[in-house]
Amino acid sequence: MINLKINNIDVSLPENSTILDGAKKLGIKIPTLCHLDLCDLKVVNQVASCRVCMVHIDGYRTLMPACATKVRDGMVIQTNTSEAIAARRTVVELLLSDHPTDCLICEKNTNCDLQTLAAVLGIRGKLKYEGKKSTYPIDKSSTSIYRNPDKCIVCRRCETMCSDVQTCNVLSGVNRGFDTVIQPAFEMDLNTTPCTFCGQCIAVCPTSALTEINNVDEVWSVINDKSKHVVVQTAPAVRFALGEEFGMPVGTEVTGKMVNLLNKLGFDKVFDTDFAADLTIMEEANELIKRVTDNKNLPLLTSCCPSWVNFIEHNFSDLLYMPSSCKSPHQMFGAIAKTYYAEKENIDPKDIVVVSVMPCVAKKYESSREELSHNELKDVDYVITTRELASMCREAGLPFTDLEDMEFDNPLGESSGAGTIFGSTGGVMEAALRTSYEWLTKKSLDKVDFNNIRGLDGIREATIDIDGLELKVAIAHGLGNARTLLNMIKNKEAEYHAIEIMACPGGCIGGGGQPYHGGNPDVISKRRDAVYNADKNKTRRKSHENPSIKKLYDEYLGDVGGKKAHELLHTTFKSSKK
Amino acid sequence: MNNSFKYNLLVCGGTGCTSSDSEIIISTFKEECKENNIDKEVKVTRTGCFGLCELGPIVIVNPGGYFYCRLEVKDVPSIVKEHLIGGNPIKDLIYKETIQDDKIIAFDETPFYAKQNKIALRNCGVIDPGEIDEYIEHDGYKALDTVLNSMTPDETIAVVKDSGLRGRGGGGFPAGLKWEFTKNNESSQKYVLCNADEGDPGAFMDRSILEGDPHSIIEAMTIAGYAIGASKGFVYVRAEYPIAVTRLQSAIDVAVETGMLGNNILKSGFNFELEIRLGAGAFVCGEETALIHSIEGERGEPSYKPPYPAESGLWNKPTLINNVETYANIPVIFNKGAKWFASIGTEKSKGTKVFALGGKIKHTGLIEIPMGTTLREVIFEIGGGIPNGRKFKAAQTGGPSGGCLPESLLDIKIDFDSLTSVGSMMGSGGLIVMDDSNCMVDIAKFFLEFTVDESCGKCTPCRVGTMRLYEMLQNISSGKAVIEDLDKLEALCHVVKSSSLCGLGQTAPNPILSTLQYFRDEYVAHIVDKKCPAGVCADLLTYTVIEDKCIGCTLCAKNCPVDAIEGSVKKPHIIDVDKCIKCGICVDKCKFDAITR
Repeated sequence: MINLKINNIDVSLPENSTILDGAKKLGIKIPTLCHLDLCDLKVVNQVASCRVCMVHIDGYRTLMPACATKVRDGMVIQTNTSEAIAARRTVVELLLSDHPTDCLICEKNTNCDLQTLAAVLGIRGKLKYEGKKSTYPIDKSSTSIYRNPDKCIVCRRCETMCSDVQTCNVLSGVNRGFDTVIQPAFEMDLNTTPCTFCGQCIAVCPTSALTEINNVDEVWSVINDKSKHVVVQTAPAVRFALGEEFGMPVGTEVTGKMVNLLNKLGFDKVFDTDFAADLTIMEEANELIKRVTDNKNLPLLTSCCPSWVNFIEHNFSDLLYMPSSCKSPHQMFGAIAKTYYAEKENIDPKDIVVVSVMPCVAKKYESSREELSHNELKDVDYVITTRELASMCREAGLPFTDLEDMEFDNPLGESSGAGTIFGSTGGVMEAALRTSYEWLTKKSLDKVDFNNIRGLDGIREATIDIDGLELKVAIAHGLGNARTLLNMIKNKEAEYHAIEIMACPGGCIGGGGQPYHGGNPDVISKRRDAVYNADKNKTRRKSHENPSIKKLYDEYLGDVGGKKAHELLHTTFKSSKK
Repeated sequence: MNNSFKYNLLVCGGTGCTSSDSEIIISTFKEECKENNIDKEVKVTRTGCFGLCELGPIVIVNPGGYFYCRLEVKDVPSIVKEHLIGGNPIKDLIYKETIQDDKIIAFDETPFYAKQNKIALRNCGVIDPGEIDEYIEHDGYKALDTVLNSMTPDETIAVVKDSGLRGRGGGGFPAGLKWEFTKNNESSQKYVLCNADEGDPGAFMDRSILEGDPHSIIEAMTIAGYAIGASKGFVYVRAEYPIAVTRLQSAIDVAVETGMLGNNILKSGFNFELEIRLGAGAFVCGEETALIHSIEGERGEPSYKPPYPAESGLWNKPTLINNVETYANIPVIFNKGAKWFASIGTEKSKGTKVFALGGKIKHTGLIEIPMGTTLREVIFEIGGGIPNGRKFKAAQTGGPSGGCLPESLLDIKIDFDSLTSVGSMMGSGGLIVMDDSNCMVDIAKFFLEFTVDESCGKCTPCRVGTMRLYEMLQNISSGKAVIEDLDKLEALCHVVKSSSLCGLGQTAPNPILSTLQYFRDEYVAHIVDKKCPAGVCADLLTYTVIEDKCIGCTLCAKNCPVDAIEGSVKKPHIIDVDKCIKCGICVDKCKFDAITR
């Protein structure tokens, strides 16, 4: 242990701890800005570039950044000398002097780390230093990510996510000196880069330099269009995070309130993507069993994450035979809503509008993919994120926390616990295993918890004994881990039957459309615990036991993996090397 | 010198002289000698830089040390005929400071050279950098042989430590300690780097050494490799130094061919490879972690230290990084002994330092002086003082990281610690002299403009802070500032110094702080009186004719590019201030000092 003093208080810390860790232990809050440490996910942004957390250390020539300075025996640290306070405040003032001051109408108003910091440090009235401001073109070239580099404070968090975690290397520092900004190389538009639209840059951006392309207005106007029958579906991960937007404790499941909210907002029907997740498992498990039985095109890679699909299309075009041909759950939902449901309710599919509430910004892009349509009708018309739904709730003046619980509508609202766990890394694989096991063995699976594939390690693998068949599975979350895994497969260093890949660290619960976690390391773990709790409390926990799913095949689709199912529920991939 | 030659001509092949045709002068000398059948008697050697760059192209004729300067190609035939054949040096072409009472003295007896002590520059202007044999004749690779074949790595490091050599790149960190730290970090792979990313405006000692004595760097880096246990080295040199790059590369090739580099060097069993990496000329890449990132192919920006390169440097391996001038001292230290080296200089700064003299000084160029020489000696004796009868005002050391020192500090003994104690620094050895026609606010603005431009943009204080400092100086120099701004300026300087990530930002405010300390009245004059005392800041100047002095010669009016001056012949003229663009031509043209600004 290392012994030192912070603000005259003795503290002992393990080796390699930082001064910031020490201060935290003592309950001393040192403000930070660029710093990011999502412990469970092993994501750290420690570039020490913002210089907000500067502290005084006896004997040091300059102030030192608390976030990156490792503690040493006998260190004597003062966090609030007048020099440190002046430095901290001046640094934030300097950032503000090169930042638009349109807080009132900013996308991140009341949700901005820089704004909070300015308030905390008591920066009021006129800025001490003013001068030239940087201006760059806004990039709204993609359907997912809105980039306003004027708001960039060069904290490099997005770069850490994009380059170190996701290994996409789209966002990095360009230009130098005052003109330095985080952009794609040559300041290209995002849609011309290998960006997968995972939105992890948005998830960590402290300001509004990176936000989602906002579709709230379109959704309001379609809700109010009386000629349209608007159905909404909510992804599994949304309900485990939406409450955070309204000050509820992290990890609170708010399914019932969310359904009530969607009803109150005026959607004609409130359905559940969990239902479609069960449907996905039917098709995907069937595909897995076929590939394993034929011993062909292995491993099967899951394909429900659009960002991951982008990634493999951009980077591993020679492996495009591996992903499951299943559409992602919300796309399957859209196809079913505009066919089966339309027929059942006797509504012209042209009048049905499908809105998806997703934890994800890549889903916005996905819904615009041409092949994800049927009879020239897009499967999904609009995608809004968890955050956008929360903003609609606030705009409508609805008291979210006080809303009574309500149930999803039927027939597309019923789901099993297997559908629910799609929200967490490992969930799709676990759901697929529950069904595949029973289909392969024709036996009932009593212990449905596959604890050996749960967790937050970047790459996890397990061998599942299915009545003598040794099914080798792997799970990766975060595209950097995906890349490692794919390279291992390419180089024949590892062999698997099935692999689940989710682009976002933690899976969809950590998606780029979720409430900002503000660098709080516990958020992902708590959301994940809520997912598995919800699964545990479900009466049915296997997708193929979902009565509404059974009914859908009986009444409309016919065989699992059959002709109709293929027409509506499967898709193709194309190489788009960038 | 090979005795079979009657004359040995040393022609400077440094960048400055090369750009004024020294290569053609060399070939013309060779042709002329051949034509006159004396080519067997005359050896023409292309050397490195002699230091007095403003006098280039320079040719020294030995024996005798005759110093021909500012030669043109057309002068060559007469030198061949009159001097080399006739035995009569041509006085008109010889540097006039070597002509004393009708006698010509050798160049090294002039004050410029006599006061110098060349250790790092020992071979520059002496040997042909393209000939390894000449290097070897001048004790080259002797130190390497001694080290590899008779010393242990620890003994080698002990010599460097005992010599007291401190890094010449700016920081002044004890070189031996750096070597020891790197050695003590165990790793199967380590690297030796040479920082040749010389970036201070006006400084060019590293370029000169690479151009004039590349083998000394190869030898020193190999010794360093042996000492710390590295088998691979890189020289990071800016692409703007094409001659240095070419000569270093040929020297590396020859060293490999002759067994001074590569496998089993000097039959010692030690292997060491050396490669050049080109930099794109970013000033910040002189910072060691930024340089390392640049070699790795990453964005050239510094990262937080620790870990220091000695622990985790290039590709996360223990890495020793020294600059060119530091390495250039190494072979001599081994040849002449640590004690000898430590006997030169001051208590805490041993040896010599190379300075690039520039600005308002008679002899601009490169000099090497023992640590402890005073600024006055450097400027007024070696440098020849201030030209055009003007008055000394300040000396700026340390480039954009340094400060401006006033006349009262001229007797300061130059070393690492003394310069730091008065708010400047040694830096890599830039020394710019200013006279009373220099405005100190303008000088501070010049250096800040440089750092604003060269900041990598990574940390806030440097990225935004230096820009705000620059803007405040702009306001002062254009008369828009109020006196309270000086406190704001100073406060921001202190934050940028205390909070920036690397040395670039931490020292960027020095030019402002030192001028505020020593020349505060000039700032006040700009702010309160709205006047630039030195007559430099255009926004604060008003050109007016002094009626009493003007004789109406019309010269000013004829030369004014915007017809802002009116007046009849023999009558005092008038300047229309609305039209005047403050170009200063009228002041330069007026022979009667009749125009003020």
